Amino acid sequence: MKPNSFRSGPDERGHFGPYGGRYVAETLMPLILSVEEAWETAKNDSSFWAQFDELARDYIGRPSPLYFAKETTKHLGGAKVYFKRDELNHTGAHKINHCLGQILLALRMGKTRIIAETGAGQHGVATATVCALFKIPCTIFMGATDIERQKPNVFRMKLLGAEVRAVTSGAGTLKDAMNEALRDWVANVRDTYYLIGTVAGPHPYPAMVRDFQSVIGKELREQMTAREGRLPDTLVACIGGGSNAMGLFHPFLDDPGVNLIGVEAGGHGVDTDQHAASLSGGKPGILHGMQSYFLQDEDGQIQEAHSISAGLDYPGIGPEHAWLFDQKRVEYVSVTDDEALEAFQLCTRLEGIIPALEPSHAFAHVMKHAPTLSADHILVMNLCGRGDKDIFTVAEKLGVTL
Amino acid sequence: MSRIERTFKSLKRPALITFITAGDPDYETSLAALKILPGAGADIVELGMPFTDPAADGPVIQRAGQRALAAGGCMKQTLSMVREFRKDNGETPLVLMGYANPVLAYGPERFCQDAAESGVDGLIIVDLPPEEADLLAAYAKAAGLDIIRLVTPVTDEARLEKILEGASGFLYYVSITGVTGTAQADPAALKAHIERIRARTDLPVVVGFGIRTPQDVAAMGEIADGVVVGSAIVENFETMKDRESVLAAIRDQIAALA
Repeated sequence: MKPNSFRSGPDERGHFGPYGGRYVAETLMPLILSVEEAWETAKNDSSFWAQFDELARDYIGRPSPLYFAKETTKHLGGAKVYFKRDELNHTGAHKINHCLGQILLALRMGKTRIIAETGAGQHGVATATVCALFKIPCTIFMGATDIERQKPNVFRMKLLGAEVRAVTSGAGTLKDAMNEALRDWVANVRDTYYLIGTVAGPHPYPAMVRDFQSVIGKELREQMTAREGRLPDTLVACIGGGSNAMGLFHPFLDDPGVNLIGVEAGGHGVDTDQHAASLSGGKPGILHGMQSYFLQDEDGQIQEAHSISAGLDYPGIGPEHAWLFDQKRVEYVSVTDDEALEAFQLCTRLEGIIPALEPSHAFAHVMKHAPTLSADHILVMNLCGRGDKDIFTVAEKLGVTL
Repeated sequence: MSRIERTFKSLKRPALITFITAGDPDYETSLAALKILPGAGADIVELGMPFTDPAADGPVIQRAGQRALAAGGCMKQTLSMVREFRKDNGETPLVLMGYANPVLAYGPERFCQDAAESGVDGLIIVDLPPEEADLLAAYAKAAGLDIIRLVTPVTDEARLEKILEGASGFLYYVSITGVTGTAQADPAALKAHIERIRARTDLPVVVGFGIRTPQDVAAMGEIADGVVVGSAIVENFETMKDRESVLAAIRDQIAALA
C-alpha cells in the first residue's frame, strides 16, 4: 500500500516500515531513550533552532551555493546540471551540519564527553571541530585501514584536540569503528554522548541526523524556485550510510515530479564480493542498533564492504533509505571505483572543483544519466565534500608518486 | 517444570553458569569442552552464537567468535552441537547467547523451533531490548524457550517493570556498565541493585560480566542466585596447545570456581 506521505516516518517506536528501531544492549537503552526525549524537546524549541541557524550561517557558511555547472552541462550534452555546493561548508563536507545539531543537543543534555566513529575522516574532523568550539573532549574511533588512507584528516583531528583511537578489529574500517564506539559508549553511559555520523544507528539517530541534514534540501527548494521558478526534475546523491542523500531528498519526498537517485559504491562491481552497495547486493538484517539492509552471508555474518572511498565503505545503509528502496520512491544505482575515479578527474578539469571520492560516485552517475535527458531537464547533484583529503588515494591509483 | 526452573529450585547454593562460544576454536574441541562443563561443576551452560560484530563483548569473546567463524562456525553447527550435548545430558539447562542478526537470517520462527528441538532452554539476545522483543517473543513462547532479559546498573524502576514484563527463566544482572570481560563490580553497590530487583520479581537473579576468580564467585554468590563466568574460561582457548590440556585446564578451573 502506498503511504499518504513519505515524510511522516519514523513511527513512535522509531521504525520506518520494518526498518530502524532500537537494537542495542540493555545498558544503552536508558541513554537512547534520554537522547530521544532531549531531541523531541529540542526540535520543538525555537531557541534551539535559533542557535543552530546562527551557527549554520556564521560558522558553517550556510546556505551553501547552488551552482549551475555550465561546463558539465555542455560536456555531457543533456540535462541542465546544477551542483549543491556542500563541499564549501566549513571543514569541507556536509557532515558539519549534523555535528553542529548534535553538539548543541549534547550540551543541552549536560554531557561532558563526545565519541564518534569516522570512515573518511570527514565526520571525525567535523566532530573534532565542534568539540573544539565548545571545549568538550572527544575521542574519535577510526579503523586502522582508514587511518592509513586518510592521513590528512587524522592530522586535522589531532590538531583540533581530538584523541584518535585506531580500531584494528575486523578489516579496520567504518563498521569496526562503529562497533568500538558502541563498546566505549556502553562503558561510559553516564557522561558520554555518541555523535553518530550518518542517518544510521538506533532511533532517534536516523531521524535526527536527517532533520539536521535536511537543511540541504530545504535550501535547494528555495534556491531553485528563485533561480528557475520551479522544482528540479532529478536529484542525485552518493550513499554510504546515506546522510547527505537523506538531507537532500527528504524535503522532496512528497513531490512526485522530482526523481530521486541514490548512488551506492559499487567497488569492483556489485557482481563481485568487493563492493559497498547494501541495497543492490545486501538483504535485511540487524546491526549497529537498526534493522536495515546489510551485506551479509547466509548465516547472517556481516561481510566486509569495499570501496575506493573510505566514506562509503560501510556494509549497511540508513533505515529510511531501506524503506524508500522497498517503497520504490528513490531509485538506487551503483557505480564502480574506476567510474568514480574517472568522474573525480573529469569534474576537477571541467569545473575546477576537486570533489571528494564520495560525490565523485554521484558525478559518475550524472555522467551516464544526464546525456539521456533533455536540455530542459534540471538535475541537481549534491557535491557533499571536497577532494583534498583524497589526493593521496587518487595519486596512488593513477600511479603518481607525491 | 523447565530445566532452568528445576535447577534453581533444587540447588541449595548459587548456580555456577559458564560461558563458552560454540565452535571456538573448532567444533570438536568446543563440543568436548561443552560436554565436560556439567561434570566439572557448571550448573547451567551458556553457549555463545558466533557473530562478526559483537558490539557488547570485550576483546576475549570477540576473538572467540572470530576463531569459531574462521573454523566454519555457523548457526546450524551451533544447534548441532547442542543436539550432541543433549545425547548424554538431559538435565543441565543450556542457554544460547548472541546477537539478533544470525537469528534473523536463520528465520526467527524456525530458529526457535529448531533451538527448542535441539535441547536449548533459553535465549539471551544481547541487542534485542524489550522495545524490539516482537522479533522473537511469540515464537520463543510457542517453542517453550525462556527469554532471559538483562538488567543493568542504569536500569531504573520504570525500566525494570518493562524488562520484567516479558522475562522468564532468570534475570541476568550485568554487573558493570561496560562490555564483557573488562571491569569488575563492587559487591556492595551490587547488593543494593539485586535487592531492588528481588523486591519486584520471583525470578532468580544471576550476575555476570567481569567475574573471574573463585573469590569473585564466592562474593557474588552471597548476593545472587547464580554467577556467570565467561571470558575467564574462554581465555583457555587463546593459549591452547592441544585439546587434552585445554580440557584439563577448564576442568580444574571450574572445579575451583564451583
